[in-house]
Amino acid sequence: MRRRVLPGLPLALGITLVYVAIIVVLPLAALVFKAASLGPADYWRIISSDRAFASYRVTVLCALAATVFNLLFGMALAWVLVRYRFPGRRLVDALVDLPFALPTAVAGIALTTLFATNGWFGAPLSLLGIKVAYTPLGIIVAMSFTSIPFIVRTVQPVLEELDPALEEAGQTLGASDLSIFVGVILPLLTPALLAGVSLSFARSLGEFGAIIFIAGNQPFSTEITALLAFIRLEEYDYPASAAIASVMLLTAFVMLAITNLMQARALRYTVRG
Amino acid sequence: MVHARKGKPPRVGDNIVFRRSLLGIVLVLVALMIVAPLVVIAVEAFSRGAVYFAESIADPDTRHAILLTVITALIAVPINTAFGVAAAWAITKHDFRGKRLLTVIIELPFSVSPIVAGVAYLFVYGLQGLFGPVLQSMEIKILFALPGIVLASMFVTAPFVARELIPLMQAQGRDLEEAATSLGASGWRTFFSVTLPNIKWALLYGVVLCNSRVMGEFGAVSVVSGNIRGQTNTLPLHIELLYHDYNAAGSFAAASILACLAIVTLVVKVALERQGAGRVQRPAALAGADSIIPETKP
Amino acid sequence: MKIRLDNVVKEFETFRAVHGVSLDIESGELVALLGPSGSGKTTILRMVAGLEYADAGAIYFGDENATDIPVRERGVGFVFQHYALFPHMTVGENIAFGMKVSKVKRSPQAIAERVKELLDLVQLSGLKDRFPGQISGGQRQRVALARALAVDPRVLLLDEPFGALDANVRRDLRRWLRKIHDELGITTLFVTHDQEEALDLADRVVILNKGKIVQEGTPEAVCRNPADAFVMNFLGDANKLDADIRGGKAYVDAVAFDAEGVPDGSGQILFRPADVSWREQGQGIAAKILRVIDRPDSRRVLAMTGSGQAVEFDTAPEFPYRKGEEGFINIRRPRVYAAA
Repeated sequence: MRRRVLPGLPLALGITLVYVAIIVVLPLAALVFKAASLGPADYWRIISSDRAFASYRVTVLCALAATVFNLLFGMALAWVLVRYRFPGRRLVDALVDLPFALPTAVAGIALTTLFATNGWFGAPLSLLGIKVAYTPLGIIVAMSFTSIPFIVRTVQPVLEELDPALEEAGQTLGASDLSIFVGVILPLLTPALLAGVSLSFARSLGEFGAIIFIAGNQPFSTEITALLAFIRLEEYDYPASAAIASVMLLTAFVMLAITNLMQARALRYTVRG
Repeated sequence: MVHARKGKPPRVGDNIVFRRSLLGIVLVLVALMIVAPLVVIAVEAFSRGAVYFAESIADPDTRHAILLTVITALIAVPINTAFGVAAAWAITKHDFRGKRLLTVIIELPFSVSPIVAGVAYLFVYGLQGLFGPVLQSMEIKILFALPGIVLASMFVTAPFVARELIPLMQAQGRDLEEAATSLGASGWRTFFSVTLPNIKWALLYGVVLCNSRVMGEFGAVSVVSGNIRGQTNTLPLHIELLYHDYNAAGSFAAASILACLAIVTLVVKVALERQGAGRVQRPAALAGADSIIPETKP
Repeated sequence: MKIRLDNVVKEFETFRAVHGVSLDIESGELVALLGPSGSGKTTILRMVAGLEYADAGAIYFGDENATDIPVRERGVGFVFQHYALFPHMTVGENIAFGMKVSKVKRSPQAIAERVKELLDLVQLSGLKDRFPGQISGGQRQRVALARALAVDPRVLLLDEPFGALDANVRRDLRRWLRKIHDELGITTLFVTHDQEEALDLADRVVILNKGKIVQEGTPEAVCRNPADAFVMNFLGDANKLDADIRGGKAYVDAVAFDAEGVPDGSGQILFRPADVSWREQGQGIAAKILRVIDRPDSRRVLAMTGSGQAVEFDTAPEFPYRKGEEGFINIRRPRVYAAA
């Protein structure tokens, strides 16, 4: 290792470690400690209760649906922004980040108002017999909204950097647009898509603010896991809250590991050809 | 024989029918999913007229919520910024063991649900928590008070500044700083006259995003604040309260303030991206915890 | 397949434009488009491939007007400057891609056989299952060629085929490409900015400058008879002395050179550093030695003429003269051009 020349390591690292320890590690450790102090039997009873299970089911299924929608919409949006020139393109590009910039509670009440049965979208939809607000559909809408930017922003730079010669090579070899998209472009976007998908899915699993307004929050049908953890807290049932939160934390860790693993796998050949 | 053609040969997806259909679908979806929520906020905020809007904003509880939100940001954002700069300096300008682990931990709050963060804080400072009893005996109030709100906000935004700086400073290397110190500049001098000018836009970018998140944070703060009207209600919590009070117009009036903040954030963000901020790292920063360490070039 | 470009024009806002190029390439010929960057050579190649539209003019493949045939139906094999190998496909999959997407359906066995055949041709039999990121630059270049040949193209087009390679790999591949061309007899057009590469490889060299053909001919013809000062300079080191041209003679410091057919007025004499000899006394242009540079197989002498013009020339290592000495330079094979 080369000799250290630059000053400031003790101070900078000191600040960093203290901050990380107090702000990030301590609370998470306290949560794990609290959950662990329950004992396996109690812990299992809480996290496998019917109500908890129903909340996992609705959270995961809605997050999956929202992610599939965002996969298609996000990819189309990234494609349109990178490949086409149209008036207002820069505005649309900037608007993509709105779901990140708009506080979730604000998004929540806005979406609820839009999709309530007397709302701009809710009224016509209810004529068609589709109810969105206070149903799982509403949860999907809220999850989709809050995670739109993930897939767009992971795919967009890769699409921009894609060497045009690769497509041209496909064309000179006689391939149709579809063959080139499926055979060349899509595989090269896959790492970015996977990254975007797992981020979008993870965010949807943990989302709270935007969902609770529109979800209806009926136990066993529209109650998401994050809300259940919150409700247990309001009932002063701290062990249950800790256990459920620890399940969410564990899921977040697993998602993080999966994201990195998938990216590493998908990137194995991307030494520039 | 003379031909006349225009432009470039079609690329994949340039087929006119496909192109128009895709563009049409995407723009309609953007209008419905992104623009409509913004518009509905404005419409609902003024649904009972401008006077009612003004009264809602001027309501003492709303004003208190705004004040609390601003105070929270004024405390959390500078501390967070200092941390982000220190972390980036340590990680990019030095070698030490456990660097990779440290970057993973710094990015961790991105992956953790805000509710989980709030609950976790409860088990540190709450009565049921590690320090709860001690704090109570010393009559220090952290939860259901400003310190708790600030701490929870700092958790959810911990990575914001660092993740903008790390990839950039990594890419810039250490040559300039090493040159400056070899010329006899002190560490502080080196930082302020060599490093800072090169990272200022990225730093500002991180600060703006961090501020936006602090002011808008709902889930984590909702757990630790106790929702006491006129005391520990931040603006997002106050919006919820008004909404559940069936005061939609008041709620949307308060929400319109945060919506304006979001728009300002986006405008500043675009302006800073023109200065080159937020570009180098965009895919990596979003792509997961340890990816803020740039790929080694083959 | 014979290719003909008929007054092809391509306008760009910035550079790389092509201003009316006409060119015939005989069936089975190996032709180099040689020129500095921005001379329009790659644009011409891309127009032949159909990757760029010509603004005006026509391109014929045999007797067929190919100008409006879309790239994917044009039947060209294109080797890209940085190869554009599909990074997520193995070498074998890269080569097979064109056959798999072809309208002509082939059985998987037929494709596999053809891939093997091509790998043998480009001498990469063992690398079928490697990814492009795992092989060397020279190997990638050969994969790119095999991939282009797999679709049985009517024409082979190569854009700076050796540009990204080390000097010695480059020389080997050059000879090897010539061999492949001679075996297959496919009409081949390649672009290069390296005159040595063009002269080494091509049957015929087309020299371009600022979007126009300035000279075309065999390597011998362009070397021995450069059409103008640009070609003379571009093909290699050249000295340039200002001259006055009067009545078919060019005068430099009162020394006369034959300049038949060059109009009266100011002009220049160009000559190679190897085409100079030094004399202590006698005839020639008076000059003074400024510096002598030693090289493994020669000496390079930097001198200045009596009228203050710089001349560089190569001599045998035994050249006895030193800095400051005066004498006369004699020029073999001078070329006289009117001033541009």
